[in-house]
Amino acid sequence: MADSIALEAPRQAEPRWRLIWRNAFPFLVVGAIWEIVARAGVFPPRLFPSLETIAAAFWRLTLNGILPHHALDTVIRLGAGFALAAVVGVTIGILMGRSRLAEDIALPLVSIGAPIPGLAYAPLFLLWFGLGNTSAVLLVAFVSAFPIVFNTWTGVKAVKEIWVRSAQAMGADDTRLFRHVILPGALPYILTGLRLGLAQAWRILVGVEMLAAVPWGLGWMIFGAREFLNMDVMLAGVAVIAIIGLALEKLVFQRLEQFTVVRWGMMT
Amino acid sequence: MSETTRSYLRAAITIACAAALYEALARSGWFAPALMPTLPQVGSALAASVADGTMLRHTISTLYRVLFGLSLAIVFGLPIGILMGRFRAVENFVLPLASALMPIPSLAWVPVFILWFGLGNTVAILIVFYAALFPMLLNTWSGVRAVNPLWLRAAGSMGADENALFWKVIIPGASPFIITGLRQAFLRAWIAVVGAEMLAASDWGLGWVIFDAKEFLNTSLMLASLAVIGAIGFVFERLVFGSIERATVLRWGMVRAAKG
Repeated sequence: MADSIALEAPRQAEPRWRLIWRNAFPFLVVGAIWEIVARAGVFPPRLFPSLETIAAAFWRLTLNGILPHHALDTVIRLGAGFALAAVVGVTIGILMGRSRLAEDIALPLVSIGAPIPGLAYAPLFLLWFGLGNTSAVLLVAFVSAFPIVFNTWTGVKAVKEIWVRSAQAMGADDTRLFRHVILPGALPYILTGLRLGLAQAWRILVGVEMLAAVPWGLGWMIFGAREFLNMDVMLAGVAVIAIIGLALEKLVFQRLEQFTVVRWGMMT
Repeated sequence: MSETTRSYLRAAITIACAAALYEALARSGWFAPALMPTLPQVGSALAASVADGTMLRHTISTLYRVLFGLSLAIVFGLPIGILMGRFRAVENFVLPLASALMPIPSLAWVPVFILWFGLGNTVAILIVFYAALFPMLLNTWSGVRAVNPLWLRAAGSMGADENALFWKVIIPGASPFIITGLRQAFLRAWIAVVGAEMLAASDWGLGWVIFDAKEFLNTSLMLASLAVIGAIGFVFERLVFGSIERATVLRWGMVRAAKG
């Protein structure tokens, strides 16, 4: 039994169909249990629809374009908020790392703001910026900026003093120093910060959409469907959220991780 | 003056300047006073709600939900994580499910849970449980897998039975990961509880106060609750988990390698 930990490598040798089967098996079991409970009539079918009903709702809403529209708006909001956070966060982080004054000014404010969960600011943002898109995007940007600032700051601080000094001794001016020494040196940390920021933004966005009464968006769709007891629509929405989240994880986070690990030979 | 006192002093100066700037903006009358209350107003709102006991009751409700949910997550996440690390079959079954459910933000479930369990405590506790379960589970799993196999074999050859192996080698070996998991779980739980309280309106809770105060444009109470939420988050992160870390992994010498 103790050996099970040491075994690591043989994973890759598995044939493809077995890998697919192994990953699909748990979902089949859970799906079968769900279907049995749903059809047994223990709970009212309105609240506990069968998988067929959910799939039908999914298909219907996809065909008439409602579900893609909601999903697109959610993704755009995520992208806009995250882009804003990335630009502002990296700038503040680099300034904090390079200038003592900026660090003294920003660090206490950032450390006070960071431990407050982002959603707690939501009502305040709604009062200040009104219901709708502006509040949602600003709140997502605000929340995801914190990890970006922290990691960028740490990264710039972690650039070895001796690299900076040897570059200066070899006659690098400030621009060169920044582009060829500080930025590459801090990049692994910055990328980690961006990854954490995006994950944070994603976790908060659905809740923000529910609170901010945006016209389109998956969070709003789920929240709105509750009023009409449309459980099938709600679960179809949760499924789309899962797909987007999984895509973010596989296509963005893991790529970023591999990119940093391979290029800099770092363990994350 | 030592470096630390100087950095505290600088932090104090910065915060004082930021507060003065805010105060000047609030008094300038450029913004509606209802939306941007002055600091004395926020302070008196905080003092009033603490004095009549409502703030305490809100805090207790929120803490009850978050700790209940977190304990549930530990009770389920820790054993399943250990089993996943030890038995291939469990890992093969749980890992695909966990990686499919994890990217769903816990707040997406709030409306679904409201319909299933009704408004109130149950929803908030289950949302906290959902948010905290995955960091707990996955960190425990990778912690158990990361235990150096050499230690296992060494302990085995010195005659440790399964029981001793588990308690003396695997648990301490995995503890840095487990504590990291606990930390992450608390952070996510703390975000989730505030959101769940806002959406699944109950009568008490810090998230609910903020949301409810918005209806009455009671911005000073909102800012006061925000301060309480921040203070509790800070206390847990620094004091509670910091001391857990000192009492376990630092004492066992498990993180020395990581700190270099």
